[in-house]
Amino acid sequence: MIRFERVSVRYEGTERPTLSGVDLTVPEGELVLLVGPSGVGKSTLLGTVSGLVPHFTGGLLSGRVTVDGRDTRTHKPRELADLVGTVGQDPLAHFVTDTVEDELAYGMESLGLAPDVMRRRVEETLDLLGLAELRDRPIATLSGGQQQRVAIGSVLTPHPKVLVLDEPTSALDPAAAEEVLAVLQRLVHDLGTTVLMAEHRLERVVQYADQVVLLPAPGAPPVMGPPGGVMQVSPVRPPVVELGLLAGWDPLPLSVRDARRGAGGLRERLAGASVPARTGGAPTSGPTVPASGPGTTPVREVAAERSRPGRLARLLGRGPATPATPSAADPVTRVDGLGVRRGRVEALRRVTLAVAPGETVALMGRNGAGKSTLLGALVGMIEPTAGTVRVGGLAPARTDPRAMVRRVGLVPQEPRDLLYADTVAAECAAADRDAGAAEGTCRALVSELLPGVGDDTHPRDLSEGQRLALALALVLTGRPPLLLLDEPTRGLDYAAKARLVGVLRGLAAEGHAIVLATHDVELAAELAHRVVILADGEVVADGPTGRVVVSSPAFAPQTAKILAPQEWLTVSQVRTALEAGA
Amino acid sequence: MTAAPAPARLLRRALYAPEADRANALPAGAWWLWALGLATAASRTTNPLLLGLLVGVAGYVVAARRTDAPWARSYGAFVKLGLFVVVLRLLFSVFLGSSIPGSHTVLTLPELPLPDWAQGVRIGGRVTAEQLVFSLYEGMKLATLLICVGAANALANPARLLKSLPGALYEAGVAVVVAMTFAPNMVADVVRLRTARRLRGRPAGGVRAVAQIGLPVLEGALERSVAVAASMDARGYGRTAQVPAAVRHTTNVLTLGGLLGVCAGTYGLLAAQGAVYGLPLLLAGLVIAMAGLRLGGRRSVRTRYRPDRWGVRAWLVACSGAVAAAAMIWAGAVAPEALRPGVVPLTAPVLPLWPAAAALTGLLPALVAPVPPSNRTATDRPARRGKEQA
Repeated sequence: MIRFERVSVRYEGTERPTLSGVDLTVPEGELVLLVGPSGVGKSTLLGTVSGLVPHFTGGLLSGRVTVDGRDTRTHKPRELADLVGTVGQDPLAHFVTDTVEDELAYGMESLGLAPDVMRRRVEETLDLLGLAELRDRPIATLSGGQQQRVAIGSVLTPHPKVLVLDEPTSALDPAAAEEVLAVLQRLVHDLGTTVLMAEHRLERVVQYADQVVLLPAPGAPPVMGPPGGVMQVSPVRPPVVELGLLAGWDPLPLSVRDARRGAGGLRERLAGASVPARTGGAPTSGPTVPASGPGTTPVREVAAERSRPGRLARLLGRGPATPATPSAADPVTRVDGLGVRRGRVEALRRVTLAVAPGETVALMGRNGAGKSTLLGALVGMIEPTAGTVRVGGLAPARTDPRAMVRRVGLVPQEPRDLLYADTVAAECAAADRDAGAAEGTCRALVSELLPGVGDDTHPRDLSEGQRLALALALVLTGRPPLLLLDEPTRGLDYAAKARLVGVLRGLAAEGHAIVLATHDVELAAELAHRVVILADGEVVADGPTGRVVVSSPAFAPQTAKILAPQEWLTVSQVRTALEAGA
Repeated sequence: MTAAPAPARLLRRALYAPEADRANALPAGAWWLWALGLATAASRTTNPLLLGLLVGVAGYVVAARRTDAPWARSYGAFVKLGLFVVVLRLLFSVFLGSSIPGSHTVLTLPELPLPDWAQGVRIGGRVTAEQLVFSLYEGMKLATLLICVGAANALANPARLLKSLPGALYEAGVAVVVAMTFAPNMVADVVRLRTARRLRGRPAGGVRAVAQIGLPVLEGALERSVAVAASMDARGYGRTAQVPAAVRHTTNVLTLGGLLGVCAGTYGLLAAQGAVYGLPLLLAGLVIAMAGLRLGGRRSVRTRYRPDRWGVRAWLVACSGAVAAAAMIWAGAVAPEALRPGVVPLTAPVLPLWPAAAALTGLLPALVAPVPPSNRTATDRPARRGKEQA
């Protein structure tokens, strides 16, 4: 269906081609997953299929891309519109009209289909994607998952033979991601659509793929094959594959279901071992995690925890028993009965939470559950309408920002929002001034978090992960005891994520309290001592990570799903236990 | 009920407004005709009672028939703008004086002496009750016009209005629609970046804050427009059909010639001694330009999905506005003193019965236009644009 013949793409002003020597054939009716580290040209490869590269983006394409026999060199994107449907990373940037039904019809209108055909296809597509209830809604009022489905629907109505998707699930919570993937699978199975999709979050998608195309490094030729084979050599792998490789399962499992079937032996081997503490977390020497201390009043879990302190201690800080130390009495932040209203909408209701020094808390919940609002209230961007928020003894919304910056720091969802200057050096100088820190403090942090980035680099030229590190360094300049991160792993590949995990663990070990709002269950499993789940602005679960996520179908990491009911959360825990046992 | 004869019952059932959905939505043009009718009526009178009645009619219809869509929220802004206009008009009158002669002095401000060449301009001085009342009436008239436009804006989806443009203008129309959706996005960006400044420990207000976030906001808007352009291109925007060269040339000649005719005709109408040939030239130019646009539409392959239909209800809505306007114009010719209550000498305005009844016909849409479904669907999931964009 799609043929790449010796395709290379070079953008103007770059030394080496972004893509080179791509020779592939994507067969009809298959779901093909494109994987690889950030910056290897996945988006460029996708762009060549719809003709946006090079017709729209510029650059030089050599070789030939044909889609169903049409050469993209001689056909502009608009002339391929009936054949290829493209959805980019941000669905909001995709929408041309303002209501769902108009958006679904837009592509067909451009192609000049007859009105009765359009009407029929819109109705069919509304049913296929479960959008019938939303047909008259303005797009701006939809949730992220709904928007993503509308974006897919809007390119489906012209009945394209090929669907090209760039990170369709990265911005979505686990449940919304399932929704979108179920739709894609239906398209492939029922309609025979060819789907080519790039995605960082392999744990969500690899099981649905018929073939995987791996771009191992920038400029390196791609490897294509069945998912099991490619995953063995891939530098990026989901936890289920890591676990499979660790346990030596053959064939390599790709889904939790496959892995569970073969996991009986591993579960037995692990039965005797105890779940180890994470390195760098909850140091026994430093202040301990008062998950069961008086500072927290979790909704349900607390009673159970108090009755079983031994197990909790084992979970959080194996080794010498660590009774609740003074830190429990003075947490970094304390939130009491917090309520936030926006117009008629109650974004948060009666939220109570305390975070101790050295503790890492993951806030989870679906899109719109109030995670970002809670972070906003902690940092003082949002004034509470009820209850109190105290950070370091001060009410953040009433305190001068210059004073707050030394008590709490937030890395927003879009780190770019924090960057104003033209060069990294200028950003650092400004950050030192803002925080009243000694000159060079920020620059030292940048060199530590982001080695090899020059002073003159423009923040816009940094990659997603580098930009996050820069924003983190800026925020850390004030040495705030409380660090907040909003969706830190969006757009990061596994390597960048591993670096971030290392940095955050180090900070927690130094005594920083960290609160992360995230959809990434694997990240929460790696980092968090405690998980707080929000739903409709209320805390519905609050407890140690193992306890909360293992029992939840949506928030459990893959390792936990495979090895349940044992409370293993990450592959590295399992590896350590196996090595200790061996 | 059983006593009601069958025709009356049928009529009542027919008039009973259905719940609004896509199929029975009133065309945006009907709402605009209705609102322009009310505005025309308002422009014919300075009677504050009649103006108040017109504002009340427009406000009631908006309250009864507007949806929860983003564009519907603009009504409040138009009302505030109207009040602002009234206040501004009064302030100008107080400080700059007025040509209305008056005998009831309300207060005397110190007058600024001005040189001879500024004759006719006055700053400060005597403020009379007559001049205040006169500017209040004039301000109210302007405010009513604004509120009528605001009502149309709140009731009709502006994007739909642009979509009813002829095919040849469609692409320009889409550009305008896209531009309009960008304004709210930019506002959201400004809010987000201003709050983000707090995170760096800088105050969120002040001129410097605005200057510093200006560039990122523009950058964001530019990036988004490029992304939307890519999406539109990939979805077939701008596909054209092959048309014979002869048709293309005819189109160009017709459109250009028509526009020239319109320009010349307008000039003729406005100039002192061209009124004779001005009107015919203008009309001929319009006809030719329309023909050119129609022919130009052949190049565009696009079709229209579920265009709004002009049904009985649309006619009733449009006509109710037209009736109000026509009646007011007629009343202005027959009884001008009732529509323009005296200022010198001051008289209390009275409510003329027939023009008031005519203004009330503007309420018809509140009876016949389809009722928007209850507001539940639009509010259960609040818009979180800023968040999801990021």
